[in-house]
Amino acid sequence: MTSRVSAITWNTFREAVRDRVLYNLVLFVLLLVGSAPLFSQISIGLEKLMLVNVGLSSISLFGVIIAIFIGIGLVSKEIEKKTLYTILSRPVRRWEFIVGKYLGLLLTLAVNAILMAVGFYAALLIFVHGLTAADAGLLVAIYFIILQFMMMIAITLLFSTFSTPIFSAIFAFALFVIGTFGNDLKNLAAMSKGANKWLITTASYVLPNFASLNVISQAAHDQSVGGQMILLNTGYALCYSIAVTVAAILIFERRNLK
Amino acid sequence: MTHQGKVTAICAVLFVILFVGSIVSRRRVEAVNGSQATLDEVLYLPSGKSIKKLSLGYSSLLADIYWTRAVQYFGAQHIGSAAHYELLSPLLDITTDLDPNLIVAYDTGSIFLSQKQPDGAGQPDKAAALVEKGIRANPANWRLYFTLGFIHYTDRHDPKAAQLAFQKGSEIPGALPWMKAMAARMAERADDPATAASLWQTIYDTTKDTGLKDTAVRHLTSLRVESELNELERRTKVYFDRHNAYPEEWSDLVRDGLLRGVPVDPNGAPYTLRLDGTVRVQNPKDFPYLERHKPPAK
Repeated sequence: MTSRVSAITWNTFREAVRDRVLYNLVLFVLLLVGSAPLFSQISIGLEKLMLVNVGLSSISLFGVIIAIFIGIGLVSKEIEKKTLYTILSRPVRRWEFIVGKYLGLLLTLAVNAILMAVGFYAALLIFVHGLTAADAGLLVAIYFIILQFMMMIAITLLFSTFSTPIFSAIFAFALFVIGTFGNDLKNLAAMSKGANKWLITTASYVLPNFASLNVISQAAHDQSVGGQMILLNTGYALCYSIAVTVAAILIFERRNLK
Repeated sequence: MTHQGKVTAICAVLFVILFVGSIVSRRRVEAVNGSQATLDEVLYLPSGKSIKKLSLGYSSLLADIYWTRAVQYFGAQHIGSAAHYELLSPLLDITTDLDPNLIVAYDTGSIFLSQKQPDGAGQPDKAAALVEKGIRANPANWRLYFTLGFIHYTDRHDPKAAQLAFQKGSEIPGALPWMKAMAARMAERADDPATAASLWQTIYDTTKDTGLKDTAVRHLTSLRVESELNELERRTKVYFDRHNAYPEEWSDLVRDGLLRGVPVDPNGAPYTLRLDGTVRVQNPKDFPYLERHKPPAK
């Protein structure tokens, strides 16, 4: 079982690399190298702040875009190219296929984020002339971004099991935007009354919440994130992404592929 | 059971457990973060104008979100009887930068800002600046002049500025004739509690914010009590003029035909008569806006 899942995982990763997904790293480096000298001219004393904001936001945005555009094709592309039938005709369970695909894309995005993080720290070293102990706190922001990827991959994979790629992309992107304002949804629920309150509260728990996983502003201002928060956010992202992946398995198990 | 059935059953159980787990952890995150989490970012934002540039044309939607955040923040601070409302002004500024025509943000937001604690942030200057910003963006809205006059009168204690605001507002087509009357009243008898009562009554009648309505009721009740205390003290003075001594009990005034019975406040508690002829409420906390009859500060 483990070998079958790891084979699909590894294959998904290799396919993503073959699709030149990691080319976005070049764009990332160009963005950092190109914009950093500009910051020193337009924002006196704010070079580091701008570099951190641009760097971390880019890591997040590039990752989410990759998660959506690769995630939506994970299942549907295999069906379209008929390769899925070859895979499932071997002793591979449907759930193993979904789990393997999920882990493969997660591995791709994790490697991508780690490489970007290395480039980001290098840019800090070059343009800000050194690193401080507080810069280690930026790793928490990067870790939270990877947690966001975990959730986004699960969401796109879920849509990929029953919808067309274009609709999957639209739904996934919409959920990303809504999730970014997750705390506002909860605030809205607190201000509502009656059935509305119940509905909005339910929606706020069913929909993903990316707001508490976004600590870029705090990181840019050298504000640390508590250990409890790291633990709770990890728990939330794990529970939510596995629950959504399980939902994807449930749908895929019952899908008629004939 | 078939393989598919087994997988479905296991997945369904797993899904329920994990989904409940996600709700529990999400609630714990919210408990640690508080509603402040979303709002803290305001401290790092340069200005609403920069957010507007980044909003890709969806600035009205963002303004609505920021207005919701401002109301939520105000409510949370208010319930917690917070001494600081430092995020309120930046939140309102961002909201109105994003949508300069969002009248409710100037109108209600400025009253949140100007009100004395515990009902508001106690920042009347910032409140007046916010409404003036609203007037610059919406010069045809007479209601904003009313709000400006109201803030100048009640919280900035500047009847002249209030008169000017009411006067300017009354010149706008569609303004209630009442605005002109209020301008005249500011000039003639700004100190009259009836003037303040009239302003609060207008707030009560026109606002849709339930919190603000409650505040207006508390103000109106306090003003009524203030007026009753003044009248009772006037009668103790009449008693003094007749007997060369202040009454010791309310029954003294009743016997003299100055009162029909023991006077009570709007909550039904009898007023307290003091030896020097002054009158006080029994529970000052019930009437937080009493001005001249406040108990001495400890």
